[in-house]
Amino acid sequence: MSIQVKFFASLRERFNQNDTSIAAGPSQTVQDVWQTVMGEQAMPANILMAVNMEYVDAGQVVKDGDEVAFFPPVTGG
Amino acid sequence: MHIEILSTALSPWQLLADYERAQQHLHGKFGATAVFVGSMRDFNEDESIAQMHLEHYPGMTEKYLLELAALAMEKWQLADVLIAHRVGEVRPADTIVVVAVWSAHRAQAYEANRHIMEELKSRAPFWKKEHTSNGESRWLEKNTPGHV
Repeated sequence: MSIQVKFFASLRERFNQNDTSIAAGPSQTVQDVWQTVMGEQAMPANILMAVNMEYVDAGQVVKDGDEVAFFPPVTGG
Repeated sequence: MHIEILSTALSPWQLLADYERAQQHLHGKFGATAVFVGSMRDFNEDESIAQMHLEHYPGMTEKYLLELAALAMEKWQLADVLIAHRVGEVRPADTIVVVAVWSAHRAQAYEANRHIMEELKSRAPFWKKEHTSNGESRWLEKNTPGHV
C-alpha cells in the first residue's frame, strides 16, 4: 500500500512534478509527504492541500491508501 | 440538486429550460429563481486573451460543489440548486459557469446564489490558464474580489 500524491495547475508546471506515489510511514503528515516528494524544496506559502479530496492543513496526519493533493489558489468561475 | 462539469460548450438558457422541464415535482413550488452566468472575456489586465484552458481536480470538484449546494439548500431552504462549470478549452464569449437557485422568495434566491458563486470562486478546485493574443500563456494567480 502507498500514498498517492497529486499536483495541479501552475504548481505541477512550476516544479515539473507529475502525480506519484510514496510509501506510507508512521505519523506521516501532509508536510512530510511534500518533503518526501520534493526534497529540500520549501512548500510555497499560498499552497492549498487536500487529503482524500477534503481541504486540510500541512499538519494533517495521513495514512496508507490516502490521496494527497497539492495545488495553487483556485481561479474558477 | 444538479452538479455538472462539462468539457463541451455550455448553453446556459437551454440547460436551465431543459432542467426546469424535467423537474416536474418543483412546478408551483417556487416563487423566485436567481441565475448567475459567468462568461469568458477577451481581455484581462490590459491584455487581449485569445483562449483559456480550465483545469480541475476530478472528483474533488464535484464533491466540493455538491457539499456547497447541499449546505445552501439547507441554510436558505431552497427548492433546488443547479451548478454547471466548463473545463478544457474555452474561447471569448463562451459560458464558463452557471449557478441557478430556486426558492420560495427572492431574498433567499439572491443571497444563496451569491454565496454559492463566491464560495465556488474561492474554494472550488478549478484553475485558469490564459493564452494571450501574442502567443504567451500564463496561469491566473487569483480571482478578483466579488464585492465592489
